[in-house]
Amino acid sequence: MEEIKLMKGNEAVAIAAVRSGCDGYFGYPITPQSEILETLMAEKPWETTGMIVLQAESEVASINMVYGGASCGKRVMTSSSSPGISLMSEGLSYIAGAELPCVIVNVQRGGPGLGTIQPSQGDYFQAVKAAGHGDFDLIVLAPSSVQEMYDFVYDAFDLAFKYRNPVLILSDGAIGQMMEKVVIRPQTARKTNDEIIEECGSWAVTGKRGRTRNISTSVELDSVEQEKFNEKLQAKYKTIRETEVRFEEINCEDADFVIVAYGLCARISSKVMEMGREEGIKIGLLRPITLLPFPTERLNELSKRVKGFLVVEMNAGQMVQDVRLSVTTDVPVEHYGRMGGIIPAPSETFEALKRFINKLK
Amino acid sequence: MAGLKVEIKKENLVYKRTELLTDNTMHYCPGCSHGTINKLVAEVVAELGIEESTIGITPVGCSAFAYNYIDIDWIQAAHGRACAVASAVKRLHPEKMVFTYQGDGDLAAIGTGESIHACNRGENITIIYVNNATYGMTGGQMSPTTLMGMKTTTSPQGRDSSLHGYPFKIADMVAHLDGVSYVTRQSVHTAAATRKAKKALKKAFEKSLANKGVSFIEFVATCSSGWKMSPVASNKWLEDNMLQAYPVGDLKDI
Repeated sequence: MEEIKLMKGNEAVAIAAVRSGCDGYFGYPITPQSEILETLMAEKPWETTGMIVLQAESEVASINMVYGGASCGKRVMTSSSSPGISLMSEGLSYIAGAELPCVIVNVQRGGPGLGTIQPSQGDYFQAVKAAGHGDFDLIVLAPSSVQEMYDFVYDAFDLAFKYRNPVLILSDGAIGQMMEKVVIRPQTARKTNDEIIEECGSWAVTGKRGRTRNISTSVELDSVEQEKFNEKLQAKYKTIRETEVRFEEINCEDADFVIVAYGLCARISSKVMEMGREEGIKIGLLRPITLLPFPTERLNELSKRVKGFLVVEMNAGQMVQDVRLSVTTDVPVEHYGRMGGIIPAPSETFEALKRFINKLK
Repeated sequence: MAGLKVEIKKENLVYKRTELLTDNTMHYCPGCSHGTINKLVAEVVAELGIEESTIGITPVGCSAFAYNYIDIDWIQAAHGRACAVASAVKRLHPEKMVFTYQGDGDLAAIGTGESIHACNRGENITIIYVNNATYGMTGGQMSPTTLMGMKTTTSPQGRDSSLHGYPFKIADMVAHLDGVSYVTRQSVHTAAATRKAKKALKKAFEKSLANKGVSFIEFVATCSSGWKMSPVASNKWLEDNMLQAYPVGDLKDI
């Protein structure tokens, strides 16, 4: 029988970590995501699956613990909220530079600075453009429900190991805190050390038994070699862009106007779409599930027949730039956003959409 | 000497290079302590027979590239973060020997937080701390352990306490922490000191293997290039100055 539980988004991440066979979680408390660490500590997975849970002294330590665990070929993760993710930037760059698989969860809050503990999508640029120094890409998944908070932990680990690349789950304080029912999967066994050696033996640091030594590093002082490595990374990112784009599309077939929104804003926008349809306005919704890679091609296809895009975000206008970069037509692309931890209501968003439509007439 | 072939008979061999050192030419400057300390690590790992189950963590600094010289698995960590990396590796691989190898800039400046907290958690790792009182790789800047009055590129008038504070005795500090079982300070500037240091290093590794919490071994070391001295003058300066501020011996052994 299906196992269904009512839980918070943050709890779903913790339970998914244990159930998916994660080897180690390293984290530091920060609102609005502390339930992830709290739930893991209460679950005591070290007594059941053998998973390690460690409260680090900072987010800097957390991400470097993840770097260590990932270097060993273990399935390791961390989570934080916006200011803490900023502290992880250097570590993320090292992880990308050493081509290591791991999962990071950002339950976003409003900024800049200490800002607010209320939900926000202000870290979109940080996630998809500049997660750290140097030329590297994360893979970024954007859940819009508690079920997706759960499921994307599995997907994130799969992608991380498929590409030896860090994967970020970009959520927000609302999805982290809200409760919904979640279908929970049966326990997946953690990989044994022998299985890790078999699957990751060419690079994982496991002790050099029966092979030449492995070195997990991101340093290369020879510029010619470093550029070759950069080109290898870029080729990987190209494959990811060609293979891993995910999005959800609702009512876009006949739509005159398409709302583009991810995460919580996609939930709000689906209500706006219903309100519009009731008034006879043909509105569709495109919800990017992967923010990196971005659904560029699909948006460009749609741009050839829709009258306009409205991008709804809880920020000053970030993803809207990627939508504009995606379309090669002169179709108007407008942004509606709230900041400071304010969640846009469907009614105000619908008003913004109508203003946009009227302007085009 | 061209064409001269020297053959050492097996019965006459009193010392040989450990097989755990690779054939790579070390990049360390003449007179630098790192080469000797790298060799001691290789010898201790080989003598304990743990080369297939040892994971080393290198820092940022001259010894970042220690992984080129000792034939074991390595992780190269971000500046200062080696102890955080090692904490995770040891917890995920409790059966392995895990050690960090860090300089004073890495461990006692940018990585103070990670180092102190790994010590306080009592991670079952060995921390090898090479203190040469300067940033060698970046060209001899002042470090937290730079001696009073010592001239560096960022303290050209000599270290002044009113401007830069005091030499940081981090080994003394971690000795107070409950998670730490062994703290010792050693040097490798003479053959006798090197022999003692090797014994201490072996003891540190043995304690880690027995899960006794942190073993912390400080090597008071030379940096001839950073100090702008000849190798011989460096050793003399170390004995006359460094060992006065950082005297060798065990600080804690439980």
